[in-house]
Amino acid sequence: MTVNGRRRRTQQPPLLMVVLATAGLGLFVLPLVGLLGRTPWSELTSLFGNDTATSALRLSLVTSFAATALSALFGVPLAWVLARVEFPGRSLVRGIVLLPLVLPPVVGGAALLFALGRRGVIGEPLYSATGFVLPFSTSGVVLAATFVAMPFLVLTVEAGLRNLDPRYEAAAASLGGGRWTVLRRVTLPMIAPSLLSGLVLTWARALGEFGATVTFAGNLPGTTQTLPLAVFVALESDRDTAIALSLLMVAVSLTVIVALRDRWWGTG
Amino acid sequence: MTGRLAILVLVALAIGACGGDEPESLVVSAAASLGDAFVEIADAFETANPGVDVELNFGGSSSLREQILEGARIDVFASADVATMDGVVAAGALASSPVVFARNSMVLAVPQGDRGSITSLEDLADPARFVGLCNPEVPCGSLARQVLANAGVVASIDTEEPDVRALLAKIGAGELDAGIVYSSDIDAADVDGIPLDPAINVTTDYPIAVLAGAPSPDLADRFVAFVLSAGAREILAEHGFGTP
Repeated sequence: MTVNGRRRRTQQPPLLMVVLATAGLGLFVLPLVGLLGRTPWSELTSLFGNDTATSALRLSLVTSFAATALSALFGVPLAWVLARVEFPGRSLVRGIVLLPLVLPPVVGGAALLFALGRRGVIGEPLYSATGFVLPFSTSGVVLAATFVAMPFLVLTVEAGLRNLDPRYEAAAASLGGGRWTVLRRVTLPMIAPSLLSGLVLTWARALGEFGATVTFAGNLPGTTQTLPLAVFVALESDRDTAIALSLLMVAVSLTVIVALRDRWWGTG
Repeated sequence: MTGRLAILVLVALAIGACGGDEPESLVVSAAASLGDAFVEIADAFETANPGVDVELNFGGSSSLREQILEGARIDVFASADVATMDGVVAAGALASSPVVFARNSMVLAVPQGDRGSITSLEDLADPARFVGLCNPEVPCGSLARQVLANAGVVASIDTEEPDVRALLAKIGAGELDAGIVYSSDIDAADVDGIPLDPAINVTTDYPIAVLAGAPSPDLADRFVAFVLSAGAREILAEHGFGTP
């Protein structure tokens, strides 16, 4: 074992590993090549400038950050409870929380509609009491994005909490730290890397969200038409715009992901 | 954890790989509005041609056209309007000229029981109502806008759905108070239809054609002939389509 470990560090990686890794990478690179190959470079600036693109980009940024904020507000406590509190049915609760990761987003959107739509189990009384309707509104987009994205935060933060040695918190508490102080000054800073990666994953998932959004919130430029929806609509009519919008999504996501990773890992 | 995941992926791949076996198969891309009628027609065609498997690919006509123009392996294309089919003709992607096999017109759809109490096209202008149309790029969306223009109504639209099935689902669920859909959709979904004044209504022709790159061109020809036959016309009529 140690011999292998030493060799791995000093010599070239095994050829098979490199070949398979390259093939795996190809799956991610090829679609990008396809996109770049079709990009109408000369018209790009005018395509970015059109109303559909700017309003979809604005809406996407607003809703994805709002969904990330909501996920942090509710997801961190949820992760904490799952990691630290023993209660019957905890695995079931964890399963329910992680369900949106495996559920087709369209199913999630339909389920949200049955629950929170104007004729939904909760949505109907809410509507008759307040006149408030989630579907076809920007809030609906945020809710759909939170539903599909928050599990990423819960998953990573819970793993971070489980890997955290409880003795640090115990030590802080023994030195007179109250529960909130310990949480704020010890627990959260120590799980910061998991929290940050969870937030980035959540945001990225929220930004790319399509199925639950179109099913639950509908599609209207300026109100519910986020970038992915705008791409889908444009693909049917105006391929250059669709490609420009896709490129915009790739650029925005890649920038944020790479920048944040560099920042918390300090590597390139 | 990762080991188990890897096994799952391998199993999924193996199942996927075993999928495409022997029986002679035919891929038909059809407009979403043809849904139920084409399921029945495909069943009848399979019964008449044992060993043949018809695979139906439903979607908005314009998405189907894009799939075809991007080189999807499709045998037959049935579009909800002539303009969309013309795009395929212009690209030289057809084996023969398209033939019109069905007609449709538009209708105002409301949830069954009409809880939103919309009674006419003019009500669609009320911003307090939840109104949906198809996306303007798909035929049902452009036809709906023609109807509104003919009636001089500026609708207060809350959503532009990607295809007519998605729109019907939201009207049927009562989330939308009304929308403009095909007459042929009324029977299939949980919606009531309010007929439109023929003076402002529009009709659409459904053309069908065999694609130049059809993997099974002979079978495709037979399917198109079948769709034009008396038996298929009867099925289409049952589902609210007119025939030319």
